[in-house]
Amino acid sequence: MAQYDLTIHEAHRLLKKGEISSAELTKAVLERVDEVEGKVCSFVTLTKDLALDQARQADERIRAGACSPLTGVPMLLKDNMCTKGTRTTCSSKMLENFVPPYDATVVEKLNAQGMVMVGKGNMDEFAMGSSTENSAFHLTHNPWDLERVPGGSSGGPATAVAAGGAIYALGSDTGGSIRQPAGFCNVVGLKPTYGRVSRYGLVAFASSFDQIGPVTKDVTDCALVLNVIAGHDPRDSTSVDRPVPDYTKSLIPDLKDLRVGIPKEYFAEGIESGVEQVVRQAIGKLEELGAELDWDVSLPSTHAALACYYIIAPSEAMANLARYDGVKYGFSARDAESMWDAMGKTRQYGFGPEVKRRIMLGTYALSAGYHEAYYLKAQKVRTLITREFADAFAKCDVLVTPTSPTVPFRIGERVDDPLQMYLADVCTQPVNIAGIPGISVPAGFVDGLPVGMQIMGKPFSEEILLRVAFAYEQATEWRQRRPAV
Amino acid sequence: MRLSREEVRHIALLARLGVDEDDLERFSVQLSNILENFEILQQVDTTDVPPTSHPVALSNVMRDDEVAPSFAPAEILANAPQEEGGCFRVRAVLE
Repeated sequence: MAQYDLTIHEAHRLLKKGEISSAELTKAVLERVDEVEGKVCSFVTLTKDLALDQARQADERIRAGACSPLTGVPMLLKDNMCTKGTRTTCSSKMLENFVPPYDATVVEKLNAQGMVMVGKGNMDEFAMGSSTENSAFHLTHNPWDLERVPGGSSGGPATAVAAGGAIYALGSDTGGSIRQPAGFCNVVGLKPTYGRVSRYGLVAFASSFDQIGPVTKDVTDCALVLNVIAGHDPRDSTSVDRPVPDYTKSLIPDLKDLRVGIPKEYFAEGIESGVEQVVRQAIGKLEELGAELDWDVSLPSTHAALACYYIIAPSEAMANLARYDGVKYGFSARDAESMWDAMGKTRQYGFGPEVKRRIMLGTYALSAGYHEAYYLKAQKVRTLITREFADAFAKCDVLVTPTSPTVPFRIGERVDDPLQMYLADVCTQPVNIAGIPGISVPAGFVDGLPVGMQIMGKPFSEEILLRVAFAYEQATEWRQRRPAV
Repeated sequence: MRLSREEVRHIALLARLGVDEDDLERFSVQLSNILENFEILQQVDTTDVPPTSHPVALSNVMRDDEVAPSFAPAEILANAPQEEGGCFRVRAVLE
């Protein structure tokens, strides 16, 4: 097996025994990037020199006997997490040359473990999108079929992990941006419970939905990364002060005494028959592993979740993006007649079409006369959706659905139809609305294209999600398949 | 629900987003289409349902008031589009 194909836990074993060095592993991953990047285009910024330097430091730590699971393992960071001294663009012209003066909390935590960062990953601009086609810089291609989208907005992280351009990655998930691309690329993606991981240094999109999480080759790696990034942070007042367990302890390969619910609304109109078949087979496997299935679960407000999400998230986004005024940092239009004109032009030429659309939508939903009909109404529907999940989790340990209703679609197919694009996240948005955790795990293929299964749980039930995902993964071979790119 | 070009122009002004004639037309069509689909919200019965603004019930998170180093002005100004005398340079607010 090529070194770039290793998982974190496999690489760690070899690093610890001294059979490979971090420098050697990092070079192997960087060579793989050279080989595939021209086709897949996962990166916004490649940080070769930094990675090799960090690898040398990691090797010193390992020689000194301080080799923790992530030490010296090359990774990719989605380009919306601040890295001191390395530009953080959000794949936007607005932040094309922005170099943060500080590290995000997750970066500090990874650094403390001996992080090796090979680069910053491409994404939909400001994480708004489901295909990575909204990047202001370039497209990212799905390594399973280069003419198809990788999903989004964490398309760079998911494709890099799938194609061997990074051993693992961090993404962010506001409405499905970790899980949906993970499902499209046959890798594991976890959106932790809201508040489990600090958002300090994550460029804000929709503050009551955003969470950072791992994108990995298998479930064990997911647990290893979550062990490091989870926890309370005084610099993020919405992070929750709650002990962090050792998530690897929940990796048990059976599902005895677990009750798995299948919400019927997720298997209705709009789901492709191939995807439905794959996920139903996967659910059958959960039963073989000892889980008790409950097919009589209903989340009746699911049909309103998309509208609820696309009112609240843009409303929060329009407030968060008000800071881009061309004064303190970022793109600044010069050819203007007045202060207001300069601000308008900065935003006109600095933001791309989807970001503008959402700013407009959010501004409208919050404007005088419409606030009650849209924003307040959506917040009430949010309560209903959250309650329905709570009711379902009173009788089930987890709920299982497809991660996306379709396989990866063709590049360009949905880009002119915003609503069609929004539907790509229809299975994942409710999780962010309710603030609960969700994981996508590889569940099979339809005509050579990956399908993800989503497992959802009540707040702070990551251990149960990981257990179900692990048991399923160990009973199947999907994670071992690699794209021929 | 159909957003007129004038309404779109007004929202763009509120958002301080410069728009050209093409933008007005495109946003008018696209936002109207999106909002029409979102009428589904109005069909949900939310009588006596309180709004949720945040998934975690936290209130008034306080921290200790401790002295700690802050960023040096040069670090903050390093990203400034225009700077003068250790300050952000802006256009005249009053003409």
